[in-house]
Amino acid sequence: MERAAIIGIGSTKIEGNKVRETFADMAWEATNKALADAGMTIDDIDNVVTTSNDFWDGRTISCMAVGDASGAADKNVSCVEGDGTYGAFYGLTRCLSGSYGTTLVTAHTKGSQSISSLITNAAFDPIYSRELGMDMITACALQANAYMHRTGTTPEQLALVSVKNHGNAMKNPLAHLPMNISVNDVLSSEMIADPLHKLDCSPVSDGCCAMIIANESRAAKYKQKPVWIKGVSFYADSFLLGDRDLSRARSLTAAAKKAYSMAGISDPKKEIDVAEIYDAFTYQELMWLEEMGLCGDSEAGKLLARGQFNVDGALPVNASGGLLSGHPVIAAGLIRMAEIVKQLRGDAGAYQVPKAKTGLAHGVNGLCGQSHCVWILDNEK
Amino acid sequence: MKDQFSGIEAMVNKSKIGVPYSWWAGDTASKFLISLRDDKKIIGMKCSQCSKVYIPPRKVCPTCFIDNTEWVEVSDEGTVISFTVARRQLASIPKKVPVIYAIIMLDGADTGILHFIDNIQPDAVKIGMRVKAVFADERKGRIRDIAYFKPL
Repeated sequence: MERAAIIGIGSTKIEGNKVRETFADMAWEATNKALADAGMTIDDIDNVVTTSNDFWDGRTISCMAVGDASGAADKNVSCVEGDGTYGAFYGLTRCLSGSYGTTLVTAHTKGSQSISSLITNAAFDPIYSRELGMDMITACALQANAYMHRTGTTPEQLALVSVKNHGNAMKNPLAHLPMNISVNDVLSSEMIADPLHKLDCSPVSDGCCAMIIANESRAAKYKQKPVWIKGVSFYADSFLLGDRDLSRARSLTAAAKKAYSMAGISDPKKEIDVAEIYDAFTYQELMWLEEMGLCGDSEAGKLLARGQFNVDGALPVNASGGLLSGHPVIAAGLIRMAEIVKQLRGDAGAYQVPKAKTGLAHGVNGLCGQSHCVWILDNEK
Repeated sequence: MKDQFSGIEAMVNKSKIGVPYSWWAGDTASKFLISLRDDKKIIGMKCSQCSKVYIPPRKVCPTCFIDNTEWVEVSDEGTVISFTVARRQLASIPKKVPVIYAIIMLDGADTGILHFIDNIQPDAVKIGMRVKAVFADERKGRIRDIAYFKPL
């Protein structure tokens, strides 16, 4: 693939309730942080992609309502509905098309303004399943049981993901829920839907992330050190949950394989230095790691217990604290990418992974990981 | 810099989105729902190429990418593929918790159907257990014409 790079990132703090800020206020803050990070002005931005979801925003054509605050006035602005990694994918293709040298991508959500159970229930098919009343938590609980049944992964191993990620967030000033907790704290927290306790679930947060992508000729023109996009791919599985083997994520396996091949990676276990993975629920971090080949099948829980995925482990995963420590839904995957950019530039501060050169960022769209988007980033061209 | 907004009360516009909406079920789902309502029978569509039987039925085989043309009746008994017990009264749940949700592979089908399990202690539900559909007394041509699945 032709070369392109991420040359600027900016995120708001992730919070439980940004009552003093509108969607546009959040976009304004993230956009200006990204421009400052890149050493650019809005005049250096050739086009804009905003990412949002109308149900979460409580309005139709929600993406157009943040255009002004994202600096899109008098520019070509387009929209993606879904996770921020998909907005970034579209932004990348616009840079690679030759029509634009730089794309500003934003993604935002406010979980605080609605009732997440009703919003995610609306993702179910209105004829065949919606009136049963399932939502994201109950659907993912079905998947967690299927995954644990197949792999023998235990509730204690799930709880350890929560302990690790909330603990990592203690060093991330942008995190929503930094916490020092124990496995027992997780297992004794409210059981929401078996096997998911309250502390197995991410919060639904408020936040916005912005990112600037540039093609090769523009990437070197500004002050920031570019982080190069080496591979990116996404695949989708069937829509209806009953059509899939919920204990597996074959679309993730396919997306990871393609992204590794684009990046020339033959042994991802050895060649990926740091990963930010879509951990909306504890089991997901383990399941996604296995399904993208970053550890063996059914092994993630055991390796986690041995410290493999700690910040000082062989493969640090969600050093930022992950989604368990802050989950503005649509921005979630774009934040994963921004966190990898920080790690590869050496800008991650107190949670910096030493000598991180190649990183993996991951986003999800749809119920129970229907679609997965995998990015391989590198600090060398 | 002085915060020009310090001390300002945060105003909130409390409202709701409520838009009446009618989802046309289409021919395929209509036939399935009518069969539940009038005959208490669960019917699926079979792909003529890969022979997969889709429950709930849909017009297209996603694997072969051709029209499904053959209707087949499947059993009202099946096996639990996965399940969860909802313990918190989440806003979307239409019944009093605990509510058991499951994916059930009906005998004769190749895809699972989402539904409730009831008439069993929540802690007794297991992956692999056998269940049977219980039809609602009053049926309206909806997915809840199956009231729930009970243990066999």
